[in-house]
Amino acid sequence: MTSRASPGFAWPETLIGLGLLGLAVLVWWQTRAIASSPIYAKVGPRIFPYLTAVGLGAMAVAMVVQGLRGGWQPDEERAVATDWRAVGFVAAGLLFNVLLIVPLGFTAASVVMFVLVAHGFGSRAPLRDAGIALVFALAAFFGFAKALGVNIGTGVIERLLGA
Amino acid sequence: METLAALGSGFAVALSPENLLWCLLGTTLGTAIGVLPGLGPALTIALLLPITFQVPATAAFILFAGIYYGAMYGGSTTSILLNTPGESATIVTALEGNKMARSGRAGAALATAAIGSFVAGTVGTLGITFLAPVVVDFALKFGPAEYFALMVVAFVTVSAVLGSSPVRGLASLFFGIWLGLIGIDLQTGQARFTFGLDELLDGVNVIVVAVGLFAIGETLYVAARRHAGQDEIIPLRGSLYMTRQEWSRSWRPWLRGAAIGFPIGAMPAGGSEVPTFLSYWAEKKLSKHPEEFGTTGAIEGVAGPEAANNASAAGVLVPMLTLGLPTGATAAIMLSAFQSYGINPGPLLFQSQPAMVWGLIASLYIANIMLLVLNLPLVGLWVRILRIPPPLLYAGILVFATIGTYGISNSVVDLMLLYAIGAVGFLMRRFDFPTAPVVIGMILGPLAEQEFRRAMTISNGDWSVFLTHPLSAALLALAAIALAGPFAWRLWQRGRTA
Repeated sequence: MTSRASPGFAWPETLIGLGLLGLAVLVWWQTRAIASSPIYAKVGPRIFPYLTAVGLGAMAVAMVVQGLRGGWQPDEERAVATDWRAVGFVAAGLLFNVLLIVPLGFTAASVVMFVLVAHGFGSRAPLRDAGIALVFALAAFFGFAKALGVNIGTGVIERLLGA
Repeated sequence: METLAALGSGFAVALSPENLLWCLLGTTLGTAIGVLPGLGPALTIALLLPITFQVPATAAFILFAGIYYGAMYGGSTTSILLNTPGESATIVTALEGNKMARSGRAGAALATAAIGSFVAGTVGTLGITFLAPVVVDFALKFGPAEYFALMVVAFVTVSAVLGSSPVRGLASLFFGIWLGLIGIDLQTGQARFTFGLDELLDGVNVIVVAVGLFAIGETLYVAARRHAGQDEIIPLRGSLYMTRQEWSRSWRPWLRGAAIGFPIGAMPAGGSEVPTFLSYWAEKKLSKHPEEFGTTGAIEGVAGPEAANNASAAGVLVPMLTLGLPTGATAAIMLSAFQSYGINPGPLLFQSQPAMVWGLIASLYIANIMLLVLNLPLVGLWVRILRIPPPLLYAGILVFATIGTYGISNSVVDLMLLYAIGAVGFLMRRFDFPTAPVVIGMILGPLAEQEFRRAMTISNGDWSVFLTHPLSAALLALAAIALAGPFAWRLWQRGRTA
């Protein structure tokens, strides 16, 4: 069991519990929407979803109780300040990837994501990173993806190289 | 004798030049990803799942098993030299191994880990060879009710018993089961939880979930904790050969570790943390040099847990192959690979696909020999991999994550789902939720539902079927005790002290 730093209200844990409770309600509500023919009444498609909703709900309530009593985070985890700037750059990289992969293709989107993520992790040489990313993404595109026979979005750069 | 003949024909399959190459590729790749922090066998196999459309099943499973075994070997190198466990199963190795490396005995620590892994891996593979046919004979008598009860036991132990908190473990499990339920219900054709999105009718792809949790979530988590202190790589000094004294201090822990690890891994509960901790505890008690534990590093504390880790990894393959019951994230992903070939692992697998199963088992022996060579004389190569700067490593992991998910469907919806699950994975890592139960619940949940509905159909909807079959009732009772036992114990303790 984890040790508690201070007794009392721990808002992150309580919020997680409440979020999970919301999911449980959503699962219950969506389960009611599943059409079920009376032939399958006893073993229909709703029984497992209902059990899942109940399970999620029970765990969510337990978490809210734990959150109100001070949460479960170990002290060492609490002591480390979250580096939101780094998380932000990684998230931005992911966002640009999803926005650019259709218009520009896999390689270009990967280079942008690579540079942003590397910056988030403390790299301060964007041009070097972009070069590495370009070689890496092209190698991945022509080697890995073609070998596996998966198509990962041909775009500007790939067409220039004759893919 | 029958087993030996089957194993012999398995070697004929595994020793074909093509399959040897798959094995070499798997063990090399497995060692590499085991060495790299942030990459694990579950993620790697998930990224390689598209290969199942290209190569025969035997080749794919030899590759996957090589990765699985290889990661166990590679993880110990990282634990010893970097003190950052590459895999959760090598946490204990870091305790003594890193201390040994700090006091200039990295070579001996790496050697005892690699040779111990080889000994235990081979003992474990022998265990699979002779235990699997026995379990198969037994499992052929199982009906749907027994299977369902067995899955409940696995659910409870994997999520509630082995983790740090039953509440968070079960929450992860139910979340995974829910993800597994999304899509068309195969028995009635009803869409469930698709929220009107056509992309969800086929269900959520396990690649998306595994990559989201293990690549995206992990990368975000590592980014968030960038200031938690950097670990330094300890340079590899000293000879890789162990002294006579180190050999004599190592061989008993190897065998004890294997004896602890294999049975625990082979139980439908699984997990490699418990056997490694048990082995560490046992070696600390039995050692003639207890003063070295936690100070300069005791070689027994590396030899035993490393052996236990590898033997339990082998053990996990027993319920997976004979019962179709995955007890770890990697085994769950391998099960989904079986499904993509249209093969159902279980007792019938040994009759319907003998060449594949025994070829796979034989390849495990070969993989162990390859891994010994890869990890002892060539250890310098892996140390170099360890020097890849984290910015490039994690950026590269995310590029591969894109290939693995966008490549299968070319769907931006899948990519967004990947990131959503990545965000959930980040929160789970940050707030100490185990992630393996999500993957296990997602793969095993629909199978459990299938067995549940089969049993209920046979009994005409009578719920008591699970309690009137003696084996099913016993298994469910076991699950209930495992779930409620710790609570009851704490209440009783509290009652005594109050």
